[in-house]
Amino acid sequence: MSAVDVAAVVKNYGAQKVLDDIAIHFQEGAFTSLLGPSGSGKTTLLRIVAGFVTPDQGVVRIGADDVTRVPVHARNIGMVFQSYALFPHMTVMENIAFGLHRRGVRGAEATRRARQALDLVQLSHLGERRPKQLSGGQQQRVALARAIVFSPSVLLLDEPLSALDRRLRQDMQVELRRIQQESGLTTIFVTHDQEEALTLSDHIAILDGGRIVQEGAPAQIYEHPRTRFAASFLGDANFLSGPTMPGGIEIDGRPIKVAMPFETRGRATVAVRPEKMSIDGPGENRIPAVIRQIVYAGATTTYLLDGPEGLPFRVFTQNHEANLHPVGSAVWLTWSPAHTILLAE
Amino acid sequence: MQGELAGGGLRQARSGRSLKRAMPVWVGTLALLLPTYLWLTLAIFLPLLGMLVFSFLTKAPFGNAKPAFTFDQYLAFVRQPYLIDVAWTSLRLALVTTGLCMILGLAAAMALKQAASGRARTILFMLIILPFWTNGLIRIFSWTMVLREGGFIDMVIRAFWPGAPSIGLLYSEPAIIIGLVHGYLPYMILTCFISLLAIDDDLIDAARSLGARNYVIFGKIILPLALPGLISGAVLTFVPVIGCFMEPRILGGRVGVTMGTVIEDQFTSAFNWPRGAAFSFSMLALVLVVFALFSSVLRQGGIAREDG
Repeated sequence: MSAVDVAAVVKNYGAQKVLDDIAIHFQEGAFTSLLGPSGSGKTTLLRIVAGFVTPDQGVVRIGADDVTRVPVHARNIGMVFQSYALFPHMTVMENIAFGLHRRGVRGAEATRRARQALDLVQLSHLGERRPKQLSGGQQQRVALARAIVFSPSVLLLDEPLSALDRRLRQDMQVELRRIQQESGLTTIFVTHDQEEALTLSDHIAILDGGRIVQEGAPAQIYEHPRTRFAASFLGDANFLSGPTMPGGIEIDGRPIKVAMPFETRGRATVAVRPEKMSIDGPGENRIPAVIRQIVYAGATTTYLLDGPEGLPFRVFTQNHEANLHPVGSAVWLTWSPAHTILLAE
Repeated sequence: MQGELAGGGLRQARSGRSLKRAMPVWVGTLALLLPTYLWLTLAIFLPLLGMLVFSFLTKAPFGNAKPAFTFDQYLAFVRQPYLIDVAWTSLRLALVTTGLCMILGLAAAMALKQAASGRARTILFMLIILPFWTNGLIRIFSWTMVLREGGFIDMVIRAFWPGAPSIGLLYSEPAIIIGLVHGYLPYMILTCFISLLAIDDDLIDAARSLGARNYVIFGKIILPLALPGLISGAVLTFVPVIGCFMEPRILGGRVGVTMGTVIEDQFTSAFNWPRGAAFSFSMLALVLVVFALFSSVLRQGGIAREDG
């Protein structure tokens, strides 16, 4: 277990800049998610830490060691692939013992440790099966056991849950978090699924176009996104933009107050999370809107509304009482200035 | 798995019931299989049976004289011990050629897979297939030009080292093996390539991340997973090579006496079909014995193939 440091890493494929001056610290024992759309460079960053890709510039450190030029097999990493990549000609036990054998651990000791890893992922009874005889979720667990059995310095997960169906994925999220906490492994997790990143991580880094747009604790990023991209990629957001005025911005002649201090100049954009708005409720910021569509989902309801000048809004409510506002009704959207997040454009 | 089997059973039972009103199930099955078995009977079983009968006769039943039943043809191996040497030559040629093809074929297939870009791969593929477009006889005669004393190889060597002694490979066993390897290598490359294509690149990456160096990846991942291709390639090479007669005759000259040439002589020059047939069936027995010896390896390959 070690911290991982990436400093000033640049990677180009021909003229295309895949990673542009990336610097990030992966804290020892923490679960860090690299979140971004496809093409954001998150997988390339993971593969640079693993050693499959050599950066054009920059340094990668695992613990105290500079591993930038160290080949993959000498880095002591555990990696789980999107396709699981289990060896089809070996049994589950042989798969798990592969990494131990490469480290000179053989015989009874290797069997003991492989069994232990198999117990950890709760598949003790399937050791003699071949990968083809396992379900997707089981293969996923074997791949995880294989990656952690030799106590790697860092655990790298490349979208490991994306091939599973929704229900199984939720189970595996809980399982993955439990195993990570029990083993205390420094974990780097690549995903494009914001919900997965929020529920699993200690720390999230959002990538876009080869740059880290924002990083921080899940709640911190969610409550205070810095850019429009961060706000819309991690969770939903309503965007309002208008000329600035002291203490806020102006939308359709109405003041929208912003709690945090800012410079009054030109135009500005603010974001409001859909669950922070209420319909005809309390709140200093108010805007008139007409309900266009209602998406009823049992416990919750999502309202889609049209504001002034056709500005679209999305409001997310808990169904405390069965009191739905009908489609077409004119209402006031209200929210607090504290939930009005000023974005850097 | 069990659920799947049960479902299949149910389906079968249902279709069985609906067919029973019209006609029994086996009629349909038979009707579907009949053309295949008819063709197999006509094209393989009958000619082979004819040859088998021939091999127990004193002479081919073409003339007026009536042929008699005899085991004599098979006893030729005992009465003419040089035939054992000839059979050994054939076996040796087949084993060496197959072995060389396996090494070169797997290496070429790996190189072909490494050439990731589609264009480079297509061009390399064409270069491998190209020899197939020329007649086998022409290919073998071309080798005589290359291998003979003062031939192409000697010319190239003498260009750098004037007065060098001739390699003079023609009319030797290495010459035969060169010709055979050249002729059968494409089969091996293709079968190995197909096996290698099925190996997910992630498997290689996974092995590497677990601490495997290149030679471990080759020995523990690539070789076992390429085994089905190697084995089918080996069978495709071994069977024709053990009975080959063109290459030994043209490239081997005096040393090129193999079971293939002996059998060919029996059919063409000596016109002793029964003896040729007896030799052929002896060869078939030899091939089956070799396969039996390697059966454990062959079965392993079969399992690997089942697993994907």
